[in-house]
Amino acid sequence: MSVFAALNGRARWLLALFVASLALAPVAADRYILSVLILIFYFAYLGQAWNIMMGFAGQLSLGHSLYVGLGAYVAAALWTKFGVGPWAGMFAGMAVAMAFGAAIGWLGFRFGIAGVYFALLTIAFAEFTRIAFDHMDWTGRAGGLFLPVRAEQAHQWWNLRGGPLLFYYLALALMLGALWLCAALRAARIGHYWLAVREDEAAARALGIDVFAVKMKAVLISSAMASVGGTFYAFYYNNLFPAQIFDMSRSIEMILAPIVGGLGTLIGPILGAFILTPLGEGLIAATEEAGLSAPGTKAVFYGLALMAIVWVAPSGVWPWLRRKLGLETP
Amino acid sequence: MPFDFYVTVAVQGVLTGLVYGLMALGLSVIFGVVRVVNFAHGEFAVVAMYLAFLGFAAFGLDPILAMLPIGLGFFGLGYLLQRHLINPFVGRPEHEQFILLVGLAIVLVNGLLMLFGPDTRHANLPYGFDSYEVANVLIDKVRVYAAAAALVVAACLFAFFRWSRTGMAIRACADNLLGAAIVGLDVKHLYALTFGLGMACVGAAGALMVVLADATPMLAPAFTLLAFTIVIVGGMGSMAGALVGGILIGVSEAFASFLVAPSAKSMFSFAILIAILALRPQGLLGRKP
Repeated sequence: MSVFAALNGRARWLLALFVASLALAPVAADRYILSVLILIFYFAYLGQAWNIMMGFAGQLSLGHSLYVGLGAYVAAALWTKFGVGPWAGMFAGMAVAMAFGAAIGWLGFRFGIAGVYFALLTIAFAEFTRIAFDHMDWTGRAGGLFLPVRAEQAHQWWNLRGGPLLFYYLALALMLGALWLCAALRAARIGHYWLAVREDEAAARALGIDVFAVKMKAVLISSAMASVGGTFYAFYYNNLFPAQIFDMSRSIEMILAPIVGGLGTLIGPILGAFILTPLGEGLIAATEEAGLSAPGTKAVFYGLALMAIVWVAPSGVWPWLRRKLGLETP
Repeated sequence: MPFDFYVTVAVQGVLTGLVYGLMALGLSVIFGVVRVVNFAHGEFAVVAMYLAFLGFAAFGLDPILAMLPIGLGFFGLGYLLQRHLINPFVGRPEHEQFILLVGLAIVLVNGLLMLFGPDTRHANLPYGFDSYEVANVLIDKVRVYAAAAALVVAACLFAFFRWSRTGMAIRACADNLLGAAIVGLDVKHLYALTFGLGMACVGAAGALMVVLADATPMLAPAFTLLAFTIVIVGGMGSMAGALVGGILIGVSEAFASFLVAPSAKSMFSFAILIAILALRPQGLLGRKP
């Protein structure tokens, strides 16, 4: 619990209050609020996974939808075709996602591909896989893969069959688990290696850090975490389409929360998700209220909001908020 | 007979690829000088497609001629964009530039969606179905025109960078920014000019694209990726590389559509990209970094 010990008194209280209020939220919240909160937790979780790659190790990945999609498709296919439960399916999905992550990492890091080039490599893999799944008969091609919803399985919570409450607490656990894991990683030796590589790769190498291995660890951990998010997605929504889950816009969606919240910080991905998801949902409600039913209206405002946020607070909201709240570690 | 067929497919691919190449050239010029990745590139191409379509639908203006006013307008737009929106982000971390331009891309593509809806728009040119027959090989007339126009624009850009004083000054900025600033070049102005030129390329390419594909907002992200793929395959910072990459990707798309399935065509482009990144990361015509 060294993670918790590193916080100052006020931060501990705030964190405890935050967790407690989320744990009790289902008492007061209706179905809609719960579904928005699930979405927030989901994006906070994925943001945390991506943050390891970019925020910690400094490797810009724009293809994280690949790992989410693989985690979703592998677990869903095992469940629908062979009746293998989601827990085993999750590990299978993790293995596949990590294999892809290893391939991308090996290609990118072995040949010194960095920055925009590396980002494009990750996009290329994700798009390649999307189109491959679009043409793969076994998973229903572009028509999608559907998880059957059967009455006799309705309460098999151990198979992730259940109502919104089950998924609420599952998503909350994912978000908090990822926060704990990232805090632990950040404090560990590898976390310091990542920062060293991010800040100055040549200097890190000169200090004897095996830069290649350090980056590979980042991509493996990050891809494994993202794939777990995918398994969650598959069993929550019960349908998968390659054009949705592998799409580049999914990758972009995933990385907005950590960037807006504060890249490389632990709270940033969570804060960003709590800002952006309600913003998106609020825009849907507001545009409907105003009678602007044309498709795209909401997204236009969303795009403008993104530009405004990066204009006003380029290093994210959390570093600013932390100062305001007096949570700077002494 | 089959051989003629393959030649036809290859020629169509080359012609389409030249238009792709012009679009990618815009991206390459901007990145090569300003060092900003224009993630809204494909979105701008589709805006130009809609402008060309509207010009055709309202006034019967041939998209290949509409390329000129649209290119000019995009030059001005690019100049202002760089001057007022993007310049403060020059030299900032990549992810900040990325968010700014992704935000812009989202606004553009959804603005088009609001105005025109998701339906595809087809510019029905009077000579749209004409073709030339050269030794059993059929070549679409529109593709020949579009490719020729793209080559002319690219040649003008080459000449500008090679011989004009402003072009040389811009190259100086790309080679050594500090040195360029010390000898008194107005870097901000030159950056804005460069962004304008890149945008003029994408505007012209978008106008030409109307004769090759139906306009729809959904094309935009695919075009952005296409332009990136071409620039990396051809070699970042190499102007000839953008055209060569465009031709290569155009031919690969044509064969993939013909032999496999039209929906699978970009899979082969990405396979080429991955192979290039692994075997020759600087691109076909790029210099070693």
